[in-house]
Amino acid sequence: MTDIDTPVDDISEAPVAKPGKPIAWPLGLAGVALVIVGSFLSWSYDGQILNDLSINFYPNGLQILAIILALLSLVLLLVEKGPLVKLGSWLDATLGLRALGVGLVLYMVLALVAISVESDGLINVNPGGYVTLVGGLLIAVSAWMLPLHQLRDMSEARMPAWFDILSIAVLMAALLFTAAYALAQTEAWPLILCLVFVGAAATCLFRCGVMTFVSHAGQRHRKVLTLAAFAAAFLFPFTQNGDDTNMSIAGSVLVFSATAMGLNIVVGLAGLLDLGYIAFLGSGAYVAATLSTSAFATIDWKPPFLIVVLVGACVAATLGLIIGSPTLRVSGDYLAIVTLGFGEIFRFSMFNLDGNNGPNLTNGPNGIPGIPDLVLFGFDFGTDHTVAGVELTRNANYYFLLLILVGFVILTFSRLNNSRIGRGWVAIREDEKAAEAMGVNVFGLKLLAFAIGAFLAGMAGTVKAHQDGAVSPDQYIFLESAFLLAAIVLGGMGTIVGVLLGATILKVLPEKLRFFLEYRLLLFGLLLVLMMRFRPEGLVASRRRKLEFHEEDEALAVAVEEERLIAVEEAK
Amino acid sequence: MTVTETQDVAARPIGDPVLEASGVTMRFGGLLAVNDVNLTVREGEIVGLIGPNGAGKTTFFNCLTGLYKPTSGQVRFSGTPLPPKPRAVVRAGMARTFQNIRLFANMTALENVMVGRYCRTSAGALTSVLHGPKFRREEAATRARAQELLEFVGLGRSTEHLARNMPYGDQRRLEIARALATDPKLILLDEPTAGMNPQETRQASDLIFKIRDSGLSVVVIEHDMRFIFNLCDRVLCLVQGAALIEGTPEEVQSDPRVIEAYIGTGEDDDEDEGPQDDVPGGEV
Repeated sequence: MTDIDTPVDDISEAPVAKPGKPIAWPLGLAGVALVIVGSFLSWSYDGQILNDLSINFYPNGLQILAIILALLSLVLLLVEKGPLVKLGSWLDATLGLRALGVGLVLYMVLALVAISVESDGLINVNPGGYVTLVGGLLIAVSAWMLPLHQLRDMSEARMPAWFDILSIAVLMAALLFTAAYALAQTEAWPLILCLVFVGAAATCLFRCGVMTFVSHAGQRHRKVLTLAAFAAAFLFPFTQNGDDTNMSIAGSVLVFSATAMGLNIVVGLAGLLDLGYIAFLGSGAYVAATLSTSAFATIDWKPPFLIVVLVGACVAATLGLIIGSPTLRVSGDYLAIVTLGFGEIFRFSMFNLDGNNGPNLTNGPNGIPGIPDLVLFGFDFGTDHTVAGVELTRNANYYFLLLILVGFVILTFSRLNNSRIGRGWVAIREDEKAAEAMGVNVFGLKLLAFAIGAFLAGMAGTVKAHQDGAVSPDQYIFLESAFLLAAIVLGGMGTIVGVLLGATILKVLPEKLRFFLEYRLLLFGLLLVLMMRFRPEGLVASRRRKLEFHEEDEALAVAVEEERLIAVEEAK
Repeated sequence: MTVTETQDVAARPIGDPVLEASGVTMRFGGLLAVNDVNLTVREGEIVGLIGPNGAGKTTFFNCLTGLYKPTSGQVRFSGTPLPPKPRAVVRAGMARTFQNIRLFANMTALENVMVGRYCRTSAGALTSVLHGPKFRREEAATRARAQELLEFVGLGRSTEHLARNMPYGDQRRLEIARALATDPKLILLDEPTAGMNPQETRQASDLIFKIRDSGLSVVVIEHDMRFIFNLCDRVLCLVQGAALIEGTPEEVQSDPRVIEAYIGTGEDDDEDEGPQDDVPGGEV
């Protein structure tokens, strides 16, 4: 039980906290072997459930996921002792292994529960399932017996540029593959297992320091990261091959993301709480509907779509200015209530502008159905196209258009954030009075945030009208505004990745998990309460927001500052 | 920096008036916080504002900088009347610091100063999104100017530090740099040495001379009498909202009423401070 067992000895500056037990390493190897062997065996007696787990030596997708987790564990074990020892000074194999061990056990327990629930009882579980579970347990146990290392920070690892770029590409490819695989699951249990897999793999990557490295690589090659992310998003429809349901979900995720990013400017950057934001999406959609060639459209002017986008965005922005100029003089709770009221006013206006109580603009509660598909530059969004042997459906066409829109919204967001205006917004959030005394146009900047947010939502609305094919007042209820806000809070106010993540979670989960749909308000409510208690800055925290939420935490402030200094060094 | 040097400067020909405040009165309900105060500041002059706690010094500052709208009276800057709006005041060329430091705590030193450049730059939303050469030039110029100012106040090495992590003295300097970033002709410092040790106080007065020498006028509120009498060309003493005496440091120093105001009626003044704190957004 001496230090000699551990490879860390070679590196003099890395002190070993506690020596591990010599049995740990072989135990881990045995666990990996058991998981792999078990996954090749049959898990379930019943071949009708969970895409057939009953055939020996022919692993099904869920079994392959277990094998992937086992292989990751193997790599980490080899980092601990074996041919990859050199990586041991950077990678915290033990922490990663613990995450994997716990993940595997959780995964297998859920898998066995799924088998018992789907067929009748535990009797239907075949030995393979138990073997894999035991393997997972062994890995977890061995991980807790291995020594913990105090390692050099992965963020300081210097690799050649091609390695940085490669790791970014691998991460994006993994994301794309996982998204495609998870969406391909039509039943609830495989999807839940998939999510557990993603959770285990992600936790492992974060704990052992790989993600720190990749995020710093991303900072070193910002353009590559952005390009790779868009390439992955662009390639997504090609993984679906004509599956219109998934593309429809993806399309609604993008509309939701674009709108949430717009709201992120108002809430995340300018720090104004807007509870009626969905009205701006609605006004864009209504403009597009009334100017479309639908038989129910109420305005005779039929301009080309690009004009419609501008008109819709400008109408929304004007509404933003109109509602903003009197209300932005109040702040905090009062502003929230006033904007909430505005959202309702919009909905009732659309409900009542039916010709009985004023001009007929919106057909009242019936809305405007039959909005035709877009035709842009001769490209018909309504028909399927085959590109490189892959069928791209109607929803895939809209997906690409929306992707451009989301790209534009992100660009607007990030450029505003890193400009004089963005600094003004931060200053207002930090100390409004001091900002004013420094010559910052507080009222003007708040109004600008409102107008830009509304403009972007209006743009998204015009596309949404054509994508949905109909608009009606009940699409733009308060609950939608609340969900937009929830996406931002969940993901991380003022961040791009966080809000995209939050929007995706909030849109995909209810669509894919039917049982979730019934309880979604309850579950999202619970989720938000837990987030506020344990991680108020959101899943992905912006540096500054994190500090704002932890005003008292001096150590955090110092840590954030050090991280920043490193980033500045890297930029040079 | 010694008294001799101050006297040399005082002997210089006096410039044109930058700030002319006449009859400034500020009333909060029944409390007369500032009562008919006149103050003229000329180019290249350092004017001190003293008085016991609750004498209305900060309130007077707030009236000058537009945070409060004076009940009556007029503030003229370079000959033109100033509207009581902070933004217009800053644009006209008057910047200030705060008694209790009000930095943007979660921004870096450089970002804090760059916010100060806000009113002297013009990039709008569209320009920022388009990110054209004009925007980049302006952004680079803002950054360079901010860096230059940080070096001017002696913080050239802490540009990337978060304001909240900086030592107290550095925060005071940073606030001055942020005020200087607005390209002021006149800078108002509200107790710039509060809570500083003697060495830091000396550095602060060096910095104020340096600011004056770069062509600015300075108005300083301070309780440290040695500091103020070394520093200022003229001193105005406020007591209970009204101007007690205005004159050279020597005149003010030797005036028995000033000494009485500070020592003789200290108890009463503490009571005066009470109601003023109840005013919404009272002392800033």
